[in-house]
Amino acid sequence: MTVTAQGPLPTGSYDVAVVGAGVVGCAVARELARHPRLRIALVEAQDDVGQGTSKANTAILHTGFDAAPGTLEARLVHEGYERLGAYAAETGIPVERVGALLVAWDAEQLAALPELAQKAERNGCHDTSLLGPDELYAREPRLGPGALGALHVPGESIICPWTTTLAYATQAVRAGVDLHLNAKVERAHRGTGEDHLLQTTRGVLSARRLVNAAGLHADTLDRLLGHEDFTVTPRRGQLLVYDKLARPLVRHILLPVPTALGKGVLVAPTVYGNVLLGPTAEDLDDKRATGSTADGLAGLRDKGRRVLPDLVDEEVTAVYAGLRAATGQEDYRIAVHPEQGYVTVGGIRSTGLTASLAIAAHVTGLLQDTGLDLGPVREPQPLTMPNLGEAFPRPYQRPELIAADPEYGTLVCHCERVSRGEIRDALAGPVPPRSLEGLRRRTRARAGRCQGFYCGAAVRELFESAQNEGIRT
Amino acid sequence: MTARRSAPSAGGAHGTPGPFAREVDVLVVGAGPAGLVAAARLAASGAGRIEVLEREREAGGVPRHCAHGGFGTRTHPLTGPEYARLLAEAAGRAGAVLRTGVTALDWGTAPGAAGAQGSGTGADTGAQHGPVLPGVVLNAVGPGGPETIGARAVVLATGARERPRTARLVPGTRPAGVYTTGELQQAVHLFGQRIGTRAVVVGAEHVSYAAADTLRAAGAEIVALVTEQLRAQVPVTRAQSARLRHRIPLLTQTTVAELLGHGRLSGVRVRHRDGRTAVLSCDTVVFTGDFIPDHELARRGSLALDPGTRGPAVDGFLHTSRFGVFAAGNVLHAVEPADAAAREGARAARAVLGFLAGAAWPGPGVPLAVEAPLRWIAPNRITPAARPERYVLRTAAPLRRPVLYVHQDGRLLHHERPVPAAALPHRTLTLTARWHHRVDATGGEVRVSVR
Ligand SMILES: Cc1cc2nc3c(=O)[nH]c(=O)nc-3n(C[C@H](O)[C@H](O)[C@H](O)COP(=O)(O)OP(=O)(O)OC[C@H]3O[C@@H](n4cnc5c(N)ncnc54)[C@H](O)[C@@H]3O)c2cc1C
Repeated sequence: MTVTAQGPLPTGSYDVAVVGAGVVGCAVARELARHPRLRIALVEAQDDVGQGTSKANTAILHTGFDAAPGTLEARLVHEGYERLGAYAAETGIPVERVGALLVAWDAEQLAALPELAQKAERNGCHDTSLLGPDELYAREPRLGPGALGALHVPGESIICPWTTTLAYATQAVRAGVDLHLNAKVERAHRGTGEDHLLQTTRGVLSARRLVNAAGLHADTLDRLLGHEDFTVTPRRGQLLVYDKLARPLVRHILLPVPTALGKGVLVAPTVYGNVLLGPTAEDLDDKRATGSTADGLAGLRDKGRRVLPDLVDEEVTAVYAGLRAATGQEDYRIAVHPEQGYVTVGGIRSTGLTASLAIAAHVTGLLQDTGLDLGPVREPQPLTMPNLGEAFPRPYQRPELIAADPEYGTLVCHCERVSRGEIRDALAGPVPPRSLEGLRRRTRARAGRCQGFYCGAAVRELFESAQNEGIRT
Repeated sequence: MTARRSAPSAGGAHGTPGPFAREVDVLVVGAGPAGLVAAARLAASGAGRIEVLEREREAGGVPRHCAHGGFGTRTHPLTGPEYARLLAEAAGRAGAVLRTGVTALDWGTAPGAAGAQGSGTGADTGAQHGPVLPGVVLNAVGPGGPETIGARAVVLATGARERPRTARLVPGTRPAGVYTTGELQQAVHLFGQRIGTRAVVVGAEHVSYAAADTLRAAGAEIVALVTEQLRAQVPVTRAQSARLRHRIPLLTQTTVAELLGHGRLSGVRVRHRDGRTAVLSCDTVVFTGDFIPDHELARRGSLALDPGTRGPAVDGFLHTSRFGVFAAGNVLHAVEPADAAAREGARAARAVLGFLAGAAWPGPGVPLAVEAPLRWIAPNRITPAARPERYVLRTAAPLRRPVLYVHQDGRLLHHERPVPAAALPHRTLTLTARWHHRVDATGGEVRVSVR
């Protein structure tokens, strides 16, 4: 098992280098790792997996009911939904099948619902139904006044994006993939032996095949490889996360009826037992603009107040902004360049989490088109991820676990009920966190309403002593 | 009376091992000043088995990490940690059982309560002790596993916390280096962790100046104290000493408009009321004050909350809306000094003793509310038998020589000029209870206004 975060990169040549350890890159690496003959590198600019858009999205497992029919995205979302649903059940990634309601607030929106139902049908989503106001309010008693009806999409689900990315990365690393962190690819060229030579901030890495899963930066890397196919425009989405005490207010994912401007602002439960409000949609040109703005937050609160009036009185536990990779086209930009031994996985917009496993399978097929011999298959060892979800027993709720190890009954983060045992396990994991934020994504420690007032220093103490231990051993 | 232990039963359907179930006489949740004093008084009065649940590894509550003075009495001043230790030792000596590292999670159903299922084997054991009160049941967890604890009475003393940056909706990036005072004090005084080199403190009340002291002790330079108010909400000498002796600038009528920096905080953008903005470069920012009761357990138990304090609504004897459940300390009103919380703990103990001796549980009583610019008042329910010692209030705006008026249904019950003569936001303002007997227990809401 190899995860490196500093020092020079290995000198030998890899069969495949995947650039970008977001949910898509990690999924591709995991899929390739099923082929033990391949030597694979997963190269990431930041100090952890899933640090880009993968950590800051709306965390919905989409049925793809509203995709543009016939597109690659529609197909991969549909397929990815099934695959990830099954994978989540197998590995313990929290998923809750809460269903979505597209709520119509005026006559025009109401009139648009039947067409959306037909579109869902064409996307292979056959179980939607139209609800009148009575049924709608029976399902969502706390919904604001004035809703006229809704389209019910029972399959829409919520999922933990952090556990998903980490599960892929863990399985990939366990199966022999080398994960190189803090290695930003700055230049790429062809060496003498037809190898790609990637100039990174940690030195040169060579690989016969290259997969570009660089998310927001996929266009930059694509240009380094000589292609001018697309430009990524970061579309910022700001979100508010409300405290767990707000969770009883909402039962479904509440979506607005989509307009030309995008999918609009939703209110949705999270698997951690919070309520999300967002995202905004702002086209920007700065790929680092992950800040929230006063206007953005005020606008969200206005919309949220209309949908779920009691929500905005609850405490906000997190404010974040993610950047979606918009390319000006209603589809993914996945392309293979066989002569170069290169696959671009660009423009994975706001559905990449759902589609990740299907994208991985698709990309593996494209790599074969470049002449890559995958060799035999060995299925990865089964994996059980720590449960961060409220719909399944958390460690503090499991007497047998605490009896075996009292550390699971010793709570450190009180708001999120995270035990010392879970923090210890995360710090010792195969892909360990390198920051308190990374620890938060693995355990939820410090993610609650007090944001560290009670536990911040204690959690930092556990983190720092593990780091020091790591240095000593 | 001693603890009655029964085989694991509650929650365990059909022979599956359920959580460990026990009964005590009084269960106190939270070992801060309020909880510890309540427990000490109850144990000393022979109220039976008194157990305190504390989720931290040490008892003492917030004072544990207030390394500064300002606790204890005028004649016997103490630092926070000294005060915390003193109270914990006193509770232990009196015979209360302090259980640290144990978290009260939520409420269970009392085995004897109507509607609770099956009267299994526990029924005859209960009968030996005479009729067991319906009681209150809490579910807890600790290193020993989950447990279900039944009690004849419960005192909630879960304290208060500062609202963090997110709850205050301060926009910007999400860098490291953002604290509340609580986290800062623990980092510095309990763990000796490194903070930063240049810090901005948001707020100019007592706790803000305490944060500034902690930052200086940790070797950081303080760039400024920033407050939306017209002036600092501490005595003039305190503010002057910070400004002149330690050269800490105070920016008034100023808000933090944005946090800047990727990875680590690089600065905060501040905005003056007149619209001017500036960037203060710093690597640390501490959001101080803006306390909110830690009311999770109260809400999970469907206790009525007061809309002003956001803590459980209580009458003058600290009865909550739930039978057998009392509340004391800063969970009622964020946030009063530790000795005020301790006094309420003692008061709750007296009320619990009365209840255990057979005093009836009062009805909801008449609600007590405030009018702007007053923000909240506590206690906030009026029942005839429970006259409080006094009321505490907060104002949202500075008041010079205020007069407080108490009305019910248009009838003036009382007016009074509080001492001291000036009231500031975030500072305690008190009102006597001399008018308690004039309240019509069958009338409408009682309202406190200021002129
Ligand atoms: C930075 C700062 C400086 C201060 N300086 C001063 C000062 O100089 N002088 C002064 O008089 N006052 C000061 N105060 C105020 C003083 O600390 C408080 O008034 C006092 O601590 C309130 O006591 P309490 O018992 O209500 O709450 P807390 O001290 O907060 O105690 C509550 C306890 O309940 C526990 N708890 C909560 N929920 C659960 C649960 N579900 N299960 C088990 N346990 C639980 C908590 O862990 C905590 O230990 C300061 C406060 C702060 C934040």
